[in-house]
Amino acid sequence: MTAAVAQRPVAVTDTRTRRKRRVGNALLGLLAWLIGIFFIIPVLYMVLTSFHSEADASTNPPSITAPLTLQGYRQFFGQGTNTSPWPYLANSVTASVTSTILVLLLAFPAAYALSIRPVRKWSDVLFFFLSTKMLPLVAGLLPIYLFAQKAHLLDNIFLLIIVYTTMNLPIAVWMMRSFLAEVPIAIIEAAAIDGAGILYTMRKIVAPIAVPGIAATALICFIFSWNELLFALVLTGVQAQTAPVFLTSFVTSQGLFLAKVCAAAVVVSIPVVVAGFAAQDKLVQGLSLGAVK
Amino acid sequence: MATQVTEAEVRPSRVRRHRAAAPGEPPITPRERWGRRAPLLPALVFLIIVTQLPFVATLVISFLRWNALSPQTRGWAGFSNYKKVFTDPALRSSVIFTIVLTATVVIVSLLLGLAIALLLDRAFFGRGVVRTMMITPFLIVPVAAALLFKHGIYNASYGLINGTLTWIWDIFGGTAPQPDWLTDYPKIMIEIQLIWQWTPFMMLILLAGLQSRDPEVMEAARVDGASAWQMFTYITLPHMRQYLELAALLATIFVLQTFDSVFVITSGGLGTANLPYTIYQTFFSAHDYGLASAQGVVVVVGSLIVATLALRTVSGLLREEKR
Repeated sequence: MTAAVAQRPVAVTDTRTRRKRRVGNALLGLLAWLIGIFFIIPVLYMVLTSFHSEADASTNPPSITAPLTLQGYRQFFGQGTNTSPWPYLANSVTASVTSTILVLLLAFPAAYALSIRPVRKWSDVLFFFLSTKMLPLVAGLLPIYLFAQKAHLLDNIFLLIIVYTTMNLPIAVWMMRSFLAEVPIAIIEAAAIDGAGILYTMRKIVAPIAVPGIAATALICFIFSWNELLFALVLTGVQAQTAPVFLTSFVTSQGLFLAKVCAAAVVVSIPVVVAGFAAQDKLVQGLSLGAVK
Repeated sequence: MATQVTEAEVRPSRVRRHRAAAPGEPPITPRERWGRRAPLLPALVFLIIVTQLPFVATLVISFLRWNALSPQTRGWAGFSNYKKVFTDPALRSSVIFTIVLTATVVIVSLLLGLAIALLLDRAFFGRGVVRTMMITPFLIVPVAAALLFKHGIYNASYGLINGTLTWIWDIFGGTAPQPDWLTDYPKIMIEIQLIWQWTPFMMLILLAGLQSRDPEVMEAARVDGASAWQMFTYITLPHMRQYLELAALLATIFVLQTFDSVFVITSGGLGTANLPYTIYQTFFSAHDYGLASAQGVVVVVGSLIVATLALRTVSGLLREEKR
């Protein structure tokens, strides 16, 4: 250690520069804290306001220390308005969970065929998948709407499930490919020598090893479906409306509503926050389509 | 130690993958080739049907005169829908705003994300907490975030910004300015909300990039007496180039498709209608199917340009991984 220090051309590591560096480090740490707090303030404010009464939520300056109440949540859950959010939340759960399961069922074999026993030109196929994600879905909105109209699928949750499956499939294939690429090939070759078929290998050998990656893929697909607004807005009416659409119909011109909106925003965001933190370790690899480990 | 083991185990798989495609191998029988392809087919067929067919339909409809409100006038329109996209001043402004919005949000959140990633890359008290605080905005449902910003933060009479201004002025005396943020600066307000949402995304990817720098190289540079600035410009930035590209391009693809924020915060008013919102409106309110499709094709072409660049970056990263 001392030798390393002595070799430095700038051999001025006296106490003063060291102290200066420590102060600098502390200041940078402080700066990071300030920025972090700045970014979290809207979220904290949302949570706090959701526990305030409507009158306290709409004061200027904000009444930070106002008494806490569950009024906003009670109103969101239909007290006094008779519109229960449960059908919408249930639709969101149905659409997100079912489409995520479908995505996994389609993407896992595809990722297997693209990484473990790669087909010829596997990278071309991979890039075809990605290119479909890069084309904005909004451009396909009209034909899908017209098709749904003809097929009597408007306002049907099944249609949203198909759309969300399409939306997430390319990302899922990419993510899963990168997770499956980490499965040691020796194990698969050993299984092949022991006579394991492709289905057996997928289910009993690859899947268990890749579980954390599959779980992260599922959580990210769930988040994207849960958040989606545009298609839900256009393709659903009364029966199949999802929670984000319900949220937008929530703001009325009559009276105060901020506490209620904040309560609604908190409730609708909870599943995403939970899923996001559950996938935290693999979030980067997933969001970067497996390009960043 | 653990990482070394996985490295050693992963390598052969990559070698194997190369061999699978290399000539000189015992030829794969057609049966085996189909056996390998089979797991791929469901996903591939599904995606081709659900994504490619609608785009073909959009392309066809974009050349039609087709308004659902007057179905009897349906017919061939040639390029007139496209002419309208580029000559109608409202549409042109939405094309321009889409570009400005995407560029502003991506550039600002990329720079902010890089700065925050650099701050988080060093050890300090409570680093994990700050990281968690930084990720959270990305995990708020976009519609909820847009509603929160519109009503809770930007609102002129009880929003958090003007409330804070009142607070500060209460301390020092005088009447606080109470600007109507959404009416005066609608575009900037949408951009701020999106920057708030996308900075965490940038930060996550860039932080992962920073942490993948070779610590030995960094240590060697430090021992050789490189200054912090030299290390940043000669080691960190070149290493980060591809991560910066990737983060910027992925975010561009997502931000280009922004709908929620515009829909919730301004409903496209005050010149804030971007292309996705305009398409929605042309289709859903004006029922001009032909025009909406032409707009869709324009967005697709724009995205294709970005996508080509993005795909090049990703394939660069993929090649590196194979090495």
